[in-house]
Amino acid sequence: MSPDPLLHLAVALDGAGWHPAAWREPDARPEELFRGRYWADLVAEAEDGLLDFVTIEDSFGVQSTDFNEVDDRVDQVRGRLDAVLTAARAAPATTHVGIVPTVVASHTEPFHLSKAIATLDYAAAGRAGLRVQISAKPYEYALIGRRTTEPVRLADINTAEVQARIADHFSEAADYVEVVRRLWDSWEDDAEIRDAATGRFIDREKLHHIDFEGDWFDVRGPSITPRPPQGQPVVTALGHSSIPYQLIARAADVGFVTPHDRAGAAAIVAEIRREQEFAGRASDTVHVFGDLVVFLDESTQAAQERRARLDEAAGEPYTSDAYIFAGTPSELADLLADWRHAGLTGYRLRPAALPHDLTRITRALVPELQARGLFRTEYQASTLRGHLGLPRPANRYAAVAPAAAPAAV
Amino acid sequence: MSKPIKQIHLAAHFPGVNNTTVWSDPAAGSHIEFASFAHFARTAERAKFDFVFLAEGLRLREQGGQIYDLDVVGRPDTFTVLAALAAVTERIGLTGTINSTFNEPYEVARQFASLDHLSDGRAAWNVVTSWDAFTGENFRRGGYLAEQDRYDRAKTFLRTAWELFDSWDGYRIPADKESGVFLSDPKAGAFEHRDRHFDIAGRFNVPTSPQERPVIFQAGDSDAGREFAASSADAIFGRHSTLGPGQEFYADVKGRLESYGRTGEDLLILPAATFVLGDTDAEAAELAVEVRRAQVSGQTAIKFLEQLWNRDLSGYDPDGPLPEVDPDVSGDSISKGRAADRMYRDRIAVAREYREEAAAKRLSIRELMIEKTSRQSFIGSAETVATQIDDLVQADAADGYILVPHITPGGLDVFADTVVPILQERGRFRADYEGTTLREHLGLGTPRKAAGTQTGAGAGTSAEAASEATAVPVGAL
Repeated sequence: MSPDPLLHLAVALDGAGWHPAAWREPDARPEELFRGRYWADLVAEAEDGLLDFVTIEDSFGVQSTDFNEVDDRVDQVRGRLDAVLTAARAAPATTHVGIVPTVVASHTEPFHLSKAIATLDYAAAGRAGLRVQISAKPYEYALIGRRTTEPVRLADINTAEVQARIADHFSEAADYVEVVRRLWDSWEDDAEIRDAATGRFIDREKLHHIDFEGDWFDVRGPSITPRPPQGQPVVTALGHSSIPYQLIARAADVGFVTPHDRAGAAAIVAEIRREQEFAGRASDTVHVFGDLVVFLDESTQAAQERRARLDEAAGEPYTSDAYIFAGTPSELADLLADWRHAGLTGYRLRPAALPHDLTRITRALVPELQARGLFRTEYQASTLRGHLGLPRPANRYAAVAPAAAPAAV
Repeated sequence: MSKPIKQIHLAAHFPGVNNTTVWSDPAAGSHIEFASFAHFARTAERAKFDFVFLAEGLRLREQGGQIYDLDVVGRPDTFTVLAALAAVTERIGLTGTINSTFNEPYEVARQFASLDHLSDGRAAWNVVTSWDAFTGENFRRGGYLAEQDRYDRAKTFLRTAWELFDSWDGYRIPADKESGVFLSDPKAGAFEHRDRHFDIAGRFNVPTSPQERPVIFQAGDSDAGREFAASSADAIFGRHSTLGPGQEFYADVKGRLESYGRTGEDLLILPAATFVLGDTDAEAAELAVEVRRAQVSGQTAIKFLEQLWNRDLSGYDPDGPLPEVDPDVSGDSISKGRAADRMYRDRIAVAREYREEAAAKRLSIRELMIEKTSRQSFIGSAETVATQIDDLVQADAADGYILVPHITPGGLDVFADTVVPILQERGRFRADYEGTTLREHLGLGTPRKAAGTQTGAGAGTSAEAASEATAVPVGAL
């Protein structure tokens, strides 16, 4: 993959921000967390900062600090709206920023999700993606009732039995992405012909059954929705270990990873690139973004104090799977510039508090990166694939004219 | 005895994937691009309509083993379009058909509660079910459902969704920054539903939405469907747009309300209706004939006839007489993904009637199919159509109509621009929105007040109303 001089930048939107006490900040709007306007405003702010995309977190179950059970806490944000619909609500109010809702592969229908993301891509004129997530929590399984799963204790995470279950979850997620992608291709781009002479609305030779058969579901196809504007909306996934890295390498366009230093980033990137090669995707662009939780203020001290104040309000220090940064936009720019030498092509920043840390990203970090020649000064494309340097892919089902094969990559 | 004058309710159905929609018209636009939906919804909102209505599709139709290609094919995802429409409109209701068979109650309840939040109280759900293995091939659960379970599962599905909508019990999140209490009730959203269809429990993770529950539509016409509507629905997406059958249906369904402790105002009857407008009645009548010919081409007429005959009739001339051969009643239906074949209980007898009628009136296949498939509901000048609608509503043939234009997306514009002002002038239709939620537009109360009578009540469901039931050749659309 040729090195891109520019960094890619996304933000991860979740409730009032990633810190559990963020909703208590003076500029927080906790009473609006369930309003369309709140989300539309945040996405518009990300667009003002020329960001590649936003992701929107989701889960079937209520938020909980306990992996296996609902914790009954009353001091943190509880409840959330469906991320795909939140994304759709925000899409028409923006024109450039990508919108990437989380979808829970373990409990949903790939057929529904494929057409939902295709439709989001139409509503957003080519700016849709999805972040595929698994659910392994027993209390989330109980919301659907289709099957059950055993609780997982952190101490057992590396046992063969738990690892096998995790592998199953990700195998299902891989099948899910495969079905979603095949369905996006199940209509060729020029299938709708509206041929008054023959009376035919479509050329049915250009619609394809996908005939997927797997361990978790069989899906016949074709999709009910024509191929979306991007052809293939952008698929993303978060990973912390080898099994999810394989999913990223095999099926995603963007992987989110959580290194805690530059060397860690290099090791993860190397592993994903290796897996990419095993998967025969060495020549495909697969972005690897570092995930960071960010507290951004005018001074390092102010950022650290704010973090401490939020921790105190929460009654415990905030911990995260991702590296937690508290400092100035300039210091963050230093870190981003440094870690990219490990092979990261961009970052997904998790604002600790909204809107504060989002506006510090869009109004302070972005100008800082621009001044260093590390970030775009205007959108160069209008689609999410365009922002990410991903070409619009050929349709896997389209007949390739012999002269044209093999397709140039 | 003078009857009070009724206010008319009006809504708009986005043109569907059937032959009502004339895609060959030069004015016809995209059925997929969001701009078409935005134009349609904005037009309806400009006209102060109660709501826009989107149908759903879960498998492309096939006939004779091939994807049906003569009508509009393909459509976007219902939920996603409605949520996006919430961004470009402010008041109009957003009604979607969502199938209960190929979904789980928790997910659908979550989606509707989310849509209701994101639209500030404008969501409505037309509950349908289907059980064909053909559609099931696209889903985890497949299509099989034992016959005795079909209605029961759908009914239970809705009841379970209600339990989820009600699980926050109207609770409003305090989110008190000062005290640090986001949620004073740690058990908010707790639910448990255990029966043979759904064995689920936990916390519903969407707080009570502005309407508390989405408005519930029912679209079935059977006795069980009517009973279900009387017990549980807020509105019926009906199919009887003419005076006699309309009045009969209206009286029948409204008459069932009392036994559920409900009054006539608790359930609106809103039949689907098509229209053709002209400067004069004569011009409209002429245009209506043209539209019918565009809707029923020679090829389409043969395809319709094949659905009844259940055999390949591609060798027949649509401008010639009906086939002498009888329908094939031995095999599976050649038509998949539409409700049509279920309508033909006795193919041989219907075919005989068709032949006799064609012979008596000297009609070709195409001419007969133009006659047999429904003509437009309202035809005339704006003045005439306004009067037709008002007369029907005042005569208790309906509470209003869900209009189905035949041109996408601009087919509603002429109605909005010409008929609506007349109805407003006459004081029969709102000059502006008075409320903000769809329940307010429809004059419906808060659902939970009636929760005691609604949850768990009812027999039967809108089961026969598959997402495309309206697309049958003998149907309303």
